[in-house]
Amino acid sequence: MNQTNLSDDLFIIEGCSAAEGDKIGRPQTTYWKDAWRRLRQNRLALLALVLLIVIIFFTIFGPSICGYSFEQMSSDMNKAPSAKHWFGTDSLGRDLFARVWIGGRVSVIIGVVGAVITTIVGAIYGSISAFAGGKVDSVMMRIVEIISSIPYLIVIILLSLMINDSGITSILLALCLVGWCPTARLVRGQILQLASAEYVTAARVLGVSSWKIITRHMIPNTMSVIIVNLTFRIPGYIFSESFLSYVGLGIKTPNTSWGMLASAAQQNMFFYPYQMLFPALMIGLTMLSFTVFGDGLRDALDPKLRR
Amino acid sequence: MAKYIVKRVLYMFFVLLIVTTITYFLMHNIPGDPLTALVMRLPEQTKANYYAKYGLDKPVWEQFLLFLKGIFTEGTMGESIRYPGRMVTNMIRRYSASSGLIGGIAIGAGFLIGTMFGVISALKKDKLPDKILSLIAIFGVSIPVFVVASVLQFVLTATFPILPTMGWGEPKHTVLPILCMSLSPLATYTRYMRSSVLDVVNQDYITMAEAKGMSFGMIVRRHILRNSILPSLTILGPNIADVFTGSFIIESIFSIPGLGSYYMTSVTDRDFPMIIGCTIFYTAIYILSLLIVDILYVLIDPRIRLGNRE
Repeated sequence: MNQTNLSDDLFIIEGCSAAEGDKIGRPQTTYWKDAWRRLRQNRLALLALVLLIVIIFFTIFGPSICGYSFEQMSSDMNKAPSAKHWFGTDSLGRDLFARVWIGGRVSVIIGVVGAVITTIVGAIYGSISAFAGGKVDSVMMRIVEIISSIPYLIVIILLSLMINDSGITSILLALCLVGWCPTARLVRGQILQLASAEYVTAARVLGVSSWKIITRHMIPNTMSVIIVNLTFRIPGYIFSESFLSYVGLGIKTPNTSWGMLASAAQQNMFFYPYQMLFPALMIGLTMLSFTVFGDGLRDALDPKLRR
Repeated sequence: MAKYIVKRVLYMFFVLLIVTTITYFLMHNIPGDPLTALVMRLPEQTKANYYAKYGLDKPVWEQFLLFLKGIFTEGTMGESIRYPGRMVTNMIRRYSASSGLIGGIAIGAGFLIGTMFGVISALKKDKLPDKILSLIAIFGVSIPVFVVASVLQFVLTATFPILPTMGWGEPKHTVLPILCMSLSPLATYTRYMRSSVLDVVNQDYITMAEAKGMSFGMIVRRHILRNSILPSLTILGPNIADVFTGSFIIESIFSIPGLGSYYMTSVTDRDFPMIIGCTIFYTAIYILSLLIVDILYVLIDPRIRLGNRE
């Protein structure tokens, strides 16, 4: 057999060099980039996000588009939707398009601000409780337990009556005073679970400082839970607000909100159903979008929980 | 177990006392009092007499102690100020019957149907039944109860008149309120059940059961349901509180003589004894339902021991 001599120089490595062997070919991604990529694949969540942006856009600019003030009364009472009044008018001849978006401003602000405040307070309370441990922890958790065993709506009703003003503050305060407990529990649980995780123990053994463990491991890993919790709480607050305003305990005239509009429309329901349609549709759409978006966000931020 | 329950019941009284205290002082800080409307046009002396009769001239803490004394020594929560002669305990007994009926059926139906929907949805994951049921669930979670109530009232009584709009006393009057109130629990349980069943179906013991030749129905009943129902039970307690929330609105929309609408009237009337009475009643039911749920846990999942659950 004739064996051909194959020398090394006949072979060349095509396309990469030894020096490039350790180079990461793909663009580097971060946790948030990954999350955004996963979120983008979820069409339903994206649709919800777009809807939310549209709704928020209209609550900001809507009232100035239609050219009517939300308080301006006219002789066109109870008119069905038309080119002149896009959503029709109410029993005092006020333009419903302007009123729905002014009301939406109140509802969305209460939902978002309420959820943000209670989440921050709850997160701080929960993490203090988890880090302190021992007696402080058990006392702090007993307090949470007692507050959560009060039917919250009763407290809110009484508080909103006590802090009697017609605007957003009283209702927001009432919602926030009782709303932080579930978040505090959630964050405490998450931190305790993380504290016993293997990689945190490993970091400790390697001599990483407590501060670094908190900023590198604890905060990023609790952040996703907190953000998801936040999106789920917003619809809850929008509902609470609309409920309170619906029974006449929340926002009061001259201000308005979706709950108040729905409440006013309910009395004329059989004669002018369109007055109910728009505020009800807006409450439903907003709550629906936040829920769907929250679902998507949870899947995107925590792929392990994906269903 | 018995020791634990006794401990919890004692704890319940402690919480009740705290809630009562908080409510009592909150209530007295609300602008206006039960006599405001009554004494508006009366001379000073008559006004003072009225306030003295109901003890409203005393400092709040003294009134509070008298109230507590009334509960502990005579077992009474006093008499309505707005409607003299109506004893608080009697009124609660009378009005809570219809609320309890509607709320009980609504949450029971919501729990059973929601659990069923959740299991079906999970077992048929990503197929048509799952999509339809998930859609119903997400609508149920995100549409406020008063919107549902108004729409149903409009459709079922005005457009297709098959049910009475409002009224009370016959079974047909309960259909619409129950329907409205069960929607939100139904949706919540569907969502919870779906995700927890999905966790369970991939477990090894399900494969094992299949390998043993166990029938599908048996697997669902013996393994899947039992292992996946715990998360639903966790929210059964808070859900009972939601039924109260719903009842405030539903009862006023459908004009049902229930405790929810009565409570709202008491609040607007500032009828102090009624407010505090209803609050104690609601809180007691709420805490009691949390306790029952905790006991149910142990019955369903023997791995859980009462008392050391974190």
